[in-house]
Amino acid sequence: MRDFKGQTLSWQLVNGAIELALHREPCNEIGSLTLDELEKFADALPRLADEAPALIVYSTMKAGFSAGADLRELFERGQAMDKNAALRGVREFLERIHAVMNAIDAAPLTTIAAVHGVTFGGGFELALVCDMIVADRIARFCFPELRLGLIPGFGGIPRLKRDLGNAVVRDLLLTGRSFNVMKAQQIGLVSQIAAEGEALRVARATASQVGKFDRGTTAAAKKFVKPIPYDELKLEIDIFCDLYSRPAVEQGLRKFVESTDAQPYLP
Amino acid sequence: MSAPMIDHTLDEILNLAASHFKVPREKLTPDDDFFKTLGIDSLQALDLLTRLEHHFRIELPDYELQGVSDFRTLASRIQARL
Repeated sequence: MRDFKGQTLSWQLVNGAIELALHREPCNEIGSLTLDELEKFADALPRLADEAPALIVYSTMKAGFSAGADLRELFERGQAMDKNAALRGVREFLERIHAVMNAIDAAPLTTIAAVHGVTFGGGFELALVCDMIVADRIARFCFPELRLGLIPGFGGIPRLKRDLGNAVVRDLLLTGRSFNVMKAQQIGLVSQIAAEGEALRVARATASQVGKFDRGTTAAAKKFVKPIPYDELKLEIDIFCDLYSRPAVEQGLRKFVESTDAQPYLP
Repeated sequence: MSAPMIDHTLDEILNLAASHFKVPREKLTPDDDFFKTLGIDSLQALDLLTRLEHHFRIELPDYELQGVSDFRTLASRIQARL
């Protein structure tokens, strides 16, 4: 499928690059529908990669790249079934989204996340899958999962550990704090900073540049510098599922979903 | 921390907030609840935090803003990082 227009995302070939646009209101919360469409994309990716040397992932939503997992759906599904069924559902969801993330991570083309605004949780994890992150000045990153009694579940910790020193990983994970693009570049997460609203343009220029090189050489270089931590990724799913079973998580999700507080995104 | 310094920080915050959220500057006062006065939600508050961090060239962890909703307290948190 060379192009696709779904309810949560779309893709097309633009000037020789695949552009995957996220467009689910309000801020690309990743739930089952997004997962279905991401799986379609992962299925199409090998054929798309034959035609394009680069992939750009970006958001058309004003608020940002993605606010992360759809916590409302996670909570409501948990309420609608018994605990064992809910846990099986969570594990299945995680295994499916890990398959998608791993496929993008390993794809033999250069992948660029062009982010702005809120890049939180699962959205941050999607950006981390990409080979490089181009961020605009107002981008903000966060792993807020510990506030809910969980850890990141879409592969975030192994991929953060792949890219960053462990001291920084511990700070970001254990405080759950959000941080701006200057910090993100300082610690080595963001490779290029764009002016506000210009991340996609910068990503397109980058895609154009990487497209000049021999595809086989690029694929070999990528495989060499970006190993995929499969064992840790599997362990992350196990830890997430162990934690999900505890009452504290249900309480945390309920508090978030039912919050009328003006600051649900602040710790 | 001297009073003139915090007043100056406060003034810069109010100017930035008024400009970005397109609210008349004269309508903003130090003790306003900025969520209400600016009509913003938590995501927009993070946007404001990012702009303030850039403006003052500081890093201000959002957990230091837990429960903070008025410009004056926000200014004191920023001042402590300058």
